[in-house]
Amino acid sequence: MIGLTHYLAVSAALFVLGVFGIFLNRRNIIIILMSLELILLSVNINLVAFSAFLHQVHGQIFAMFVLTVAAGEAAIGLAILVIYFRNRGSVAVDQADMMKG
Amino acid sequence: MVTILVFLPLLMALVAGLGGRMIGHTAAKALTTGGLFVSAALAWTTFIGFWLNDAQAFTVPLLDWIESGGLSVQWALKVDTLTAVMLVVVTSVSALVHLYSWGYMEEDPSQSRFFAYLSLFTFAMLMLVTADNLVQMFFGWEGVGLASYLLIGFWYTKPSANAAAIKAFVVNRVGDFGFSLGIFGTFLVFGSVSIDTILAAVPQHSGQTFSFLGSTVDVMTCLTLLLFVGAMGKSAQLGLHTWLPDAMEGPTPVSALIHAATMVTAGVFMVCRLSPMFEASDTTLAVVTVIGALTAFFAATVGMVQNDIKRVIAYSTCSQLGYMFFAAGTGAYGVAMFHLFTHAFFKALLFLGAGSVIHAMHHEQDMRFYGGLRKHIPITFWMMTIGTLALTGFFFTAGYYSKDAILEAAFASGTASGMFAFVVGATVALLTSFYSWRLVFLTFFGKPRWAGSEHIQHAVHDAHHGDHHHAHDDGTAGYHPHESPLSMLIPLFVLGAGALFAGWLWHGAFVEAEEGAAFWRGSLAFDTHLMHALHEVPAWVVWTPSVAFFAGLGLAWNAYIRRPTIPLWWRREVPGLYDFLLKKWYFDELYNAIFIKPALWFGRLFWTRGDQQTIDRFGPNGAADMVVVGSNLARRFQSGYVYSYALVMLVGLAAAAAWMMGAPR
Amino acid sequence: MTATIAFYLFAVTLLTGGLFVITSKNPVHSVLWLIVCFFNAAGLFILLGAEFLAMLLVIVYVGAVAVLFLFVVMMLDIDFKALRRGTLKNLPLGLFVAGIILTETLLVATGWQPGQGVIVHEALAGPPAGMSNTQWIGSQLYTRYFFVFSMSGLLLLAAMVGAIVLTHRRRVGLKKQDIAVQNARTPAATLGVGKAGLGQGVEL
Repeated sequence: MIGLTHYLAVSAALFVLGVFGIFLNRRNIIIILMSLELILLSVNINLVAFSAFLHQVHGQIFAMFVLTVAAGEAAIGLAILVIYFRNRGSVAVDQADMMKG
Repeated sequence: MVTILVFLPLLMALVAGLGGRMIGHTAAKALTTGGLFVSAALAWTTFIGFWLNDAQAFTVPLLDWIESGGLSVQWALKVDTLTAVMLVVVTSVSALVHLYSWGYMEEDPSQSRFFAYLSLFTFAMLMLVTADNLVQMFFGWEGVGLASYLLIGFWYTKPSANAAAIKAFVVNRVGDFGFSLGIFGTFLVFGSVSIDTILAAVPQHSGQTFSFLGSTVDVMTCLTLLLFVGAMGKSAQLGLHTWLPDAMEGPTPVSALIHAATMVTAGVFMVCRLSPMFEASDTTLAVVTVIGALTAFFAATVGMVQNDIKRVIAYSTCSQLGYMFFAAGTGAYGVAMFHLFTHAFFKALLFLGAGSVIHAMHHEQDMRFYGGLRKHIPITFWMMTIGTLALTGFFFTAGYYSKDAILEAAFASGTASGMFAFVVGATVALLTSFYSWRLVFLTFFGKPRWAGSEHIQHAVHDAHHGDHHHAHDDGTAGYHPHESPLSMLIPLFVLGAGALFAGWLWHGAFVEAEEGAAFWRGSLAFDTHLMHALHEVPAWVVWTPSVAFFAGLGLAWNAYIRRPTIPLWWRREVPGLYDFLLKKWYFDELYNAIFIKPALWFGRLFWTRGDQQTIDRFGPNGAADMVVVGSNLARRFQSGYVYSYALVMLVGLAAAAAWMMGAPR
Repeated sequence: MTATIAFYLFAVTLLTGGLFVITSKNPVHSVLWLIVCFFNAAGLFILLGAEFLAMLLVIVYVGAVAVLFLFVVMMLDIDFKALRRGTLKNLPLGLFVAGIILTETLLVATGWQPGQGVIVHEALAGPPAGMSNTQWIGSQLYTRYFFVFSMSGLLLLAAMVGAIVLTHRRRVGLKKQDIAVQNARTPAATLGVGKAGLGQGVEL
């Protein structure tokens, strides 16, 4: 039977994939934003799974808010990316080192 | 009164030294010289009290210095006959040297410093001779060493002067180490450093033994040997003598004061002051005698071939100090002090006279460029001759009485070392006569040889610039030496009088058996039996010094006036001997190889390996470098890439989670 | 049975999609794989009985956010061939750290005990008493969480304004209507009456 643990395992694996994607990517910054979406998605799965197995609705409501925020944040992030691209001419990750110490 | 005597020079030294720039040269010179003359007057008063009237010994306590457990040291001024004699010597010569320096140092830009140092030295010497305890004597000892350093290196812009000053100080230090050990040992054995206490307790401890450096030695021998090492350093005896000739780098008044009359006699004074201790150890007395005799011989041989006028007189001093020591070694302390007393007069006279010659010859010191000066500077000539007569022991001069007494005492003592000393002493008397008359003949007689001297050429050039040069084939190069000013001549007169009459006046008080015992009154160990025996020596012993005098005079006259090619012949035939003597028996080279080079090597080793490569590397420099290295390492974290920051955050998160899960609640 | 197969199907596709999101060379492919992930997550939600949220995921996430991603990827005209394949020196360390995190999360997930008074049911239960899932959500959202709901609205407003402000470019040389200026024009400023002579023109 599919229990709570299965869903939690899926959520954990997806989380790790998202995190992995952030610092492993060498290509461009958009991948980072997409990995962020994966992470948020894993959180959502977690919340909804708990909501279902605890017979409460709060998990789903919280997941809705997470969705909202994720959408807003994706919008802003992409806007920043667009400006960044306009100024730098490239979204290569290696060149984003202006904070180098 | 004694307090004023001792501290007035110090006060004047401080005023002149610290305030010299404010009050001006003349005021500084006047203050210091005046102060010294006052002290000299007071000293003569005290001395006459001991000599003619029946003054008793007394002590003037000043301050408590150290009160620590069993050690009690006071500042106190002890005045007895021995002290009075030394007071007279020190203050008189010092006052005359101060006066002499008015003229001699006239053109020097830092005169007030010079006079301040001279007075400072006098103060230290006075502290030494009036010391009531060994620690105070050591204070004076070190003080005169310091003053000697300052005065030898007075012209500190000359590297040779600096080196000579350091050499003097360091060699003295070696002696001082022995002296310190002696003082420590004395305190250990006697429980006190006060001289009265120690001398009173000597009979108790003579014959005792203790273990020193692993072997059992006689107490008094060990202590007195250590103390004698100190005396060797200060009085330039063989082994620790290397500093005295180089000390001639200082101005001539300094040589007259310090290296003829006062500082170098401190060793003799100390031995005489502690004579009861020395009397308790026959071994030490033998050592003292032998070393004194050897020193006298060594210095005389070297003095025969030196070309610098001051060096000849310096070696002469070294040689005469050897005489004083072997006189003390044979038990005739009164005779040693008598020779110290007379020697101060004629040696200071010789040095100041040499200074006068140097002044007249425009700072030329090499005797090879002298000659025929007696017509040009007659007063100096006669004063130098008086001094030489006294030194070589011509009849009835001061040196005659003291030197004869020494040789008679050596013979009369009857010991093996005494005999040895007598033979050596007689030989040295001959050598002394030879080199002293050599000096006189080279300087004042013969044809002028001044033309080759650079100093003279400078002087002539300065005087004759613009004039046409007419050829001089008389060796003078057109230079006219002139007599010294009165401020330089008056001290010569006074000292000359002393050199002639001091012996005749005072030999009774110092040397005669009953008169001497009454005079010294227990201030030093006075052996009346020995003093009686002085007069019972065979006639040939009495005539030996006079024979030596004439023999030396004859040889010198032969070699330097009648047939001046003789020295050159010697040099050609036995160059090895000549070099050996000229290079002072190669002592300097020996010490250089044995002590100096290894010491420098050690120093360099500790500097590069120890200091730089170890301490600095692991200490300040290393710490600073580690900071840089560490911060460079830490810099690598700040790559500027967000993803690596994210990685670090993640690692932190994983670590925190692991800790949360793993750590017990 | 069906549920089990469906679960495993959705889960595997989800994870595979996630993997391809981060490892695709072409960013457009990455976006498309992201869309696949979203769809499979929606399927998982339906299996859990949260169909409102599943539809929300499809409409909002896929329909809006992923499309936005696509817009931007294509607009930026990234020359993906020129992008370097960076060195993978971080790979072992990254794998190691990711492995650790995964292990930790799984440990927590499997060893998790519910708190006081919380009951984990074996079977899923739907909304209570004949409400649909949507109604169930709405019953809580507009009552207990009304304030948060309003806030999230404001947040979306801020995001919208922010996005526009950030990317807005002023174009020069555009002719635009300015109504206020037009309305404020008076006849005196625009109309002038003048006499013209015979056969002569007028100077303006």
